[in-house]
Amino acid sequence: MSTDSQLRLVWVYPDLLSTYGDRGNLLILAHRAGLRGLPVASVEVRSDQALPVDGDIYLLGGGEDGPQSLASQRLLADGGLHRAVDRGAVVFAVCAGYQLLGNSFYAKGTECRGLELLDLTSDRGPSRAVGELAGDIDSRLGLPRLTGFENHGGRTHLGPEVYPLARVTTGIGNDGQTEGAWRGKILGTYSHGPALARNPALADLLLRWATGSMLPPVDDAWPDALRKERLSAVAS
Amino acid sequence: MTTKKLPMRAKLATSATRSAAALSRATGRGDGSVIGGRIGLMIDPNLLAELASGRQIVLISGTNGKTTTTRLTTAAMSVLGNVATNGLGANMPTGHTSALAKAGPTPYAVLEVDEHYLDQVLDATHPRVVALLNLSRDQLDRAKEVAMMAALWRESLAKRDIQVVANADDPMVTWAAQVAEHVTWVAAGQRWHDDSWVCPECGATIERMGDAWWCSGCTLHRPVPQWTVQHDGVVDPTGTYHEVKLQLPGRVNRANAATALAVAAHFRVRIADALARMTEVKSIAGRYAMVERDGRMIRLLLSKNPAGWLEAFDMADNVPTLLAINARDPDGLDTSWLYDVDFSPLRGRHVLITGDRAMDLAVRLTVNGIAFQHVPSFGRALASVPPGRLEVIANYTAFQDIRAELDRVN
Repeated sequence: MSTDSQLRLVWVYPDLLSTYGDRGNLLILAHRAGLRGLPVASVEVRSDQALPVDGDIYLLGGGEDGPQSLASQRLLADGGLHRAVDRGAVVFAVCAGYQLLGNSFYAKGTECRGLELLDLTSDRGPSRAVGELAGDIDSRLGLPRLTGFENHGGRTHLGPEVYPLARVTTGIGNDGQTEGAWRGKILGTYSHGPALARNPALADLLLRWATGSMLPPVDDAWPDALRKERLSAVAS
Repeated sequence: MTTKKLPMRAKLATSATRSAAALSRATGRGDGSVIGGRIGLMIDPNLLAELASGRQIVLISGTNGKTTTTRLTTAAMSVLGNVATNGLGANMPTGHTSALAKAGPTPYAVLEVDEHYLDQVLDATHPRVVALLNLSRDQLDRAKEVAMMAALWRESLAKRDIQVVANADDPMVTWAAQVAEHVTWVAAGQRWHDDSWVCPECGATIERMGDAWWCSGCTLHRPVPQWTVQHDGVVDPTGTYHEVKLQLPGRVNRANAATALAVAAHFRVRIADALARMTEVKSIAGRYAMVERDGRMIRLLLSKNPAGWLEAFDMADNVPTLLAINARDPDGLDTSWLYDVDFSPLRGRHVLITGDRAMDLAVRLTVNGIAFQHVPSFGRALASVPPGRLEVIANYTAFQDIRAELDRVN
């Protein structure tokens, strides 16, 4: 956490990477930090602004092909996200934002250079993946099952330097077998939009990574009810 | 079509359309407009064009406000004579076919058109005026992206000589409509900005100040409107102010009325005459109607997407409020949009939640810091509030469920 002991949440380029209620992840992290009495500063950085390097958690949302490649170009030129990662910042990215953290991705039929923060490449799949997504999360992360909704046309191939976030039990994720990826404090998923709404323990993991300390439990009756409902919907 | 005779195949198809629709209604399967139109189009694929020919037609499209604006425009046009319309919201070519077949020969038709079908219906009906209301995100798991939809509209308007009435306050609509040869601009407002920060022409940022908006990278900017919504009324192209007293609530419905007036003006309907007819409109397929049940005065508001929710909050009275959310096929299966809506206008009210996806809403409201009560059914919601007013805001199928419990209120 930065020296002024405020938790700084940075939403990267909402003008380019914001579909499907992506603001939700910012709101949920701020809410859950607030429940623990952590002071929070949320910053939204447009693509024509310099990215601050002193953030604690950086959030990247989803987007269509054009905005995705533009966002990648601007982040490469800006360099702020790489400097923040070197400082130990946490990055949480969904969908198009997840793809552009990799080595390369496809947008509008052409291969685009990614940020090379996660060892993975993405291309187009034979069909669009739309619907409920569920999987068993990498046991090293100590989290309960992943539940989400996916809507993407991409397929992602993981390199040796990242771990899959989860083994898919419902849906497609990266390739029908694995879903998402993580390394260090960088984590990406195809569970789009407000992914943290259904996965409060994942939200708390990001907060733990950022603060370096354990967090007292909070009342999760409603998120738990939602998780139970969505996971039983895919089980039947 | 008043004087012209339908070809034999079209006659047969028209009659089949009517009987199938009647059969569907009689067996309680629905209002019949979709199945009727589908059968008619099977017999004669050209049926919509045949039925449209000879009529002066208005098309109304956009993400929000189509059904209401269609109703208000129909009311305004009825000053001139009989108007055929798809007032029940069946807004694809099957619904248009059915509406025209059912109406018989009329000099005029006002048709609501699903935004994805605008090009196809332009081809079939050769309208005299097309009104374009707004574009925003809707049904995210399947709808075309907003900019892509604007590009499709632009392409189909560029190749036609057609009178357009368009919302000057929506950059996406403006960009789509500006290629048309004749455009009447209406300052109809835009409460939801989050799908028009990026210029559809050049990708630069759209800047806003007061009513004005302009692209920071190219020449796209807000056109000078001929019609403007102001206070409780509308200013016409001569600068004259007309008070608009509707039975429908909210600023957005005054904006819909402004669009209807601008359309009717192209047919030389006098504003005072049009307003007199529009004032008679009480409710739109259950929306806005006040219904009494067990001592509760219930009003239903329909909101299908983030922009619609902002408008509903503007209309809703400060009374106990039931929110109902489903995610069935007609709603879209994805509830992510809940995080695009700021529910804080409801803070401090007695908020109840229900519907298939009430748990998604529960988490959303918790994050929003809004206290709420979960109820398993509409009946339990009624029992949980004191006698008096109850506001209901629901998305599409949740709205229909509650409307059914209120005996399909119109």
